[in-house]
Amino acid sequence: MKLKENYQQAVKVFQPKPPYVLNGIKAFFIGGLLCLAGEALQKGYVFLFDMSLLEAQHLMLLTFIFLAIVLTGIGTYDSFSQFAGAGATILITGFANALASAALEHRSEGWITGVANHMFKIGGAVIVYGIVVAYLFGTIHLIF
Amino acid sequence: MDYWMAFLIGGMICGIAQLVMDIGKFSQIHVMSGLVIAGVILGSIGAYDSLIDIAGAGALLPISGFGYLLIKGILSYKMENGWMSIGSGIFQLAGLELSFTIVLSFFIALICKPKG
Repeated sequence: MKLKENYQQAVKVFQPKPPYVLNGIKAFFIGGLLCLAGEALQKGYVFLFDMSLLEAQHLMLLTFIFLAIVLTGIGTYDSFSQFAGAGATILITGFANALASAALEHRSEGWITGVANHMFKIGGAVIVYGIVVAYLFGTIHLIF
Repeated sequence: MDYWMAFLIGGMICGIAQLVMDIGKFSQIHVMSGLVIAGVILGSIGAYDSLIDIAGAGALLPISGFGYLLIKGILSYKMENGWMSIGSGIFQLAGLELSFTIVLSFFIALICKPKG
């Protein structure tokens, strides 16, 4: 334990300081532009296909998931998300990318022990914490 | 106006998340888990509903929107189904995104080969 703390202290001097402001602004603009595109898409679906707002919202989310997974399969998503930082990974596209890339990466280990087992290796945390907390809050809502 | 609010709110969530990642040295998945939990909590007290009214896709597209969909499923299912809503209502809305992601990830793994 002590060794670990010492190591953290010792290595801290040599770690490069990330450009906080630049990264933040980059994430702000790219995330904002993606959300803007989502809003436009949602409005377009309502306008074109005469949908309800709920349907259009879900179809917009599905479109973004579709694009993220297909780009992951082609192999271009990684360079994009590396450039965008949190602007791409915090959105639902990052979640889709986490699942798809984990499934792709372990493809060689077989369909059951590889793809199916490892699919939730990274993205599983989101599902687990989301469902656990939603379950608790749902129970609280039901009681009171 | 809607577009501006979507841009601002969505961008702000992403920018703050990036700052938390950089300053606190958290990984991507830590921040995502935190955002989902925040979405569930804000959704259960009704604050996320009004955020979506204001920002539209800007509040729905970040992963906290997924947490909102989880709790929203329970709350909207509760009227008709009572206690059964807790377990089955979770996936009523969020199941759309979740199952689509899983199925498409599987088929992409079927078709494509990993790069690099």
